[in-house]
Amino acid sequence: MTEKQAGTTNRSKSNQPNNSAGAGNEETFSGYFKKQEKVYPKRVWGRFRKLKWVAMIVTLGIYYLAPFLRWDRGPNAPDQAILIDLPNRRAYWFFIEIWPQEVYFLTGILVTAAVALFFVTSLYGRVWCGYLCPQTVWTDLFVWVERIVQGDRNARKKLQEGPWTLDKVKKIALTHFIWLIIGWCTAGSFVLYFNDAPTLVQSFFHLDVSPTVLAFIVGLTLSTYIMAGFAREQVCTFMCPYARFQSAMFDPDTLIIGYDEQRGEKRGKHKAGESWEGRGHCIDCTACVQVCPMGIDIRNGLQMECIACGLCVDACDNIMDKVGLPRGLVRYDTERHMKALVKGGKERFRILRPRTFYYGGLLALVGGIMLYGLLTRAPLELHVLHDRNPLFVRLSSGEIRNGYELKILNKTHEDHNFTITVSGLNDAKLEVRAPGDITPETLFVGADKVGHYHIFVSAKVEEGNPLPVVFTIRNNENGNTDTYDSVFITRRTKL
Amino acid sequence: MTDDHNKTEKKIDAVSGVQTTGHSWDNGSLEELNNPAPRWWVIVWLITIVWAIGYWVVYPAWPTLSGNTKGTAGWTEYKKLAEDQAEITARQNVYLGRFEGASFDQIMNDPELYAFAVAGGRAAFKDNCATCHGSGAEGGKGYPNLNDDDWLWGGDIETIYQTLKYGIRSEHEDTRISQMPSFGKDGLLQPEEINQVIAFVQSLSQGHEGAHAEEIDAGAQVFADNCAACHGDNGKGMREVGAPNLSDNIWLYGGDHDSIYESVFNAHAGVMPAWVGRLDNNTIRELAVYVHSLGGGEATPAAEGDDQPMEEAAPVEEMPAQETVKEPENDGETSGNNEPEQEQPAE
Repeated sequence: MTEKQAGTTNRSKSNQPNNSAGAGNEETFSGYFKKQEKVYPKRVWGRFRKLKWVAMIVTLGIYYLAPFLRWDRGPNAPDQAILIDLPNRRAYWFFIEIWPQEVYFLTGILVTAAVALFFVTSLYGRVWCGYLCPQTVWTDLFVWVERIVQGDRNARKKLQEGPWTLDKVKKIALTHFIWLIIGWCTAGSFVLYFNDAPTLVQSFFHLDVSPTVLAFIVGLTLSTYIMAGFAREQVCTFMCPYARFQSAMFDPDTLIIGYDEQRGEKRGKHKAGESWEGRGHCIDCTACVQVCPMGIDIRNGLQMECIACGLCVDACDNIMDKVGLPRGLVRYDTERHMKALVKGGKERFRILRPRTFYYGGLLALVGGIMLYGLLTRAPLELHVLHDRNPLFVRLSSGEIRNGYELKILNKTHEDHNFTITVSGLNDAKLEVRAPGDITPETLFVGADKVGHYHIFVSAKVEEGNPLPVVFTIRNNENGNTDTYDSVFITRRTKL
Repeated sequence: MTDDHNKTEKKIDAVSGVQTTGHSWDNGSLEELNNPAPRWWVIVWLITIVWAIGYWVVYPAWPTLSGNTKGTAGWTEYKKLAEDQAEITARQNVYLGRFEGASFDQIMNDPELYAFAVAGGRAAFKDNCATCHGSGAEGGKGYPNLNDDDWLWGGDIETIYQTLKYGIRSEHEDTRISQMPSFGKDGLLQPEEINQVIAFVQSLSQGHEGAHAEEIDAGAQVFADNCAACHGDNGKGMREVGAPNLSDNIWLYGGDHDSIYESVFNAHAGVMPAWVGRLDNNTIRELAVYVHSLGGGEATPAAEGDDQPMEEAAPVEEMPAQETVKEPENDGETSGNNEPEQEQPAE
């Protein structure tokens, strides 16, 4: 119990919300506020630790390097593979380009991401939290830096609690310096996604960056430094909504990290050579507690704080190997399976359950719609807005004229000329009001631009209800077309 | 619900090990735990308070008996407005210099200047012109619709500019001016003759239905004697004098019998003010481009048909002919065919 006690002494007005067993029964009022207990995760080796290293290298590698990937889009568009071009209102992702008018793609991406999260959670529990979440990854990286500079758990703790010596100052300063460097890289990479990466990197070296860029870098450097250096597990416990609604997505078949109470209890110290008769396999070495980045004791059962990173599994397995017992005292398991074991029965893992299918189905559906939308994304789009004031104009010839605002979205990367036509009216005349010699057959729209034109349609028609008309825009060069339904108004609405 | 709870003893909850607040619901089956908030959260909260106090010091914040605290930064809404306006002016100045030096022809062929002029004209129109012409320039009875293709004094850009600048029957000495006689009131025509000329004029745009041929023929004679000098032999109007085309489908003062009768009997002479001196020249030019863009604008060179666009500066004088025929109009725009217009007092 040393770990717990150490923890307890830290709590000035002790309160242990997660300790059902009782170590603090005589607690009285715990105070309105609780000091953060610093967690010193111990180094650990094992399968899941390896997996976490791989996940960290892959995710950070993608994050830091992706802005430098190139993707040729021709002369009229940037060649950065992943770029959010705010000044020009464009987002690029390899072969995908999104305009602000297509913000539903962004919605689609977010919905897909949310459903994917649900789906993965229904399969493997909080695997996102444990391995992929930026908060987890950066915290892991920062802890690694801490360990390299200050040593492992006990050394760090000793240093932290010890007096301020020159050595301590040097080590702490170095740690924070490296953290800030990492934070700066993180912030710098973030900004690269919004600018041409090589150009911006170059302007960094010339110390010539805009105040906006600088503000973002300072802000994100500090937020990385604070979140991964100090807030750490507090983010998961107190800030993250996902951690909270996790509980609504768990069921008895969700993969969680579980301590096998049946096998482990009754726990206690064990000396080499002693019999295992009459006691549990847990030797109460607290290895699982020492490695936990969240600072919890997994033996207390499933807790909200647990991000299912699996480090305690590795820690316990290593101990079990040493004492010559089978692995898996702490393991990935499901609640249903563990309960069945207690009753002596066997229950198989039910990875595939109704919710797996409906999350999977939903994911396939949303993903399919997204994919369809992206694959069939029209290179040409027409929007027509009928003039509202005046709704119509009677001409001296007796004809009626309506005005329309055209928006022609040329999503290709070449300049094009377009022809606008209208159907639904007999002998309709089209006229464009624009500077220069522009006719309805030669509406010019630059590469990757929106063309705005005001056109007039006049026709000899009787007064009556609004007539439905259809505008068709056609690309003179490649024949692409788009249509838009509008109306032709001939009289004021009778009230 | 919130207040509908019982006070019970504070105790340590068995499951969580946390003290309760002593509030319970549903006969004690629901209890509130007193989980402490994280300390950093409190610190952040305190920082926001400090921030707020700093904000009070720097910015105007608290009401006082005589107004409010001013703040050390000297920030006011007025200054902010002035800054924003200065920024807008600076942005406009990029184009204004070019606009000033450009001819209408250059403006009409330069997308940037054209867009600049139309945008500026649209704003100026709402501020200055919409009162009479309507916010969409659709006009109304006596106030020409500027969207259509019917112009009293001409619809090319130079003419529109001229009209805007000096007005129609305005107080400016270069104003456009003309006056239709009050044929009925002054006894120039008898009621019967007026009815005849109305029949003729209506037949110009509506055909012969509903009127006797003799009446129309009689009206044609009355028209030739009294009206043709300004409105033209076939009633197509004359832009030099702002005499409306009476043969088209647009009637500034109404095309029914009674309206036309009223126009012939009393005559109309609408007034548009001169804008030179009220608006700067750039704004007037922007307005001209805007009005021209509304749909009825005509090409500058050689006018079409019978009507010629007005000359540049010279406003037309009264009718050459004797007082008989004429009927003024207001600014150059739409107006209907026969009949006079306007009810505003002219001269």
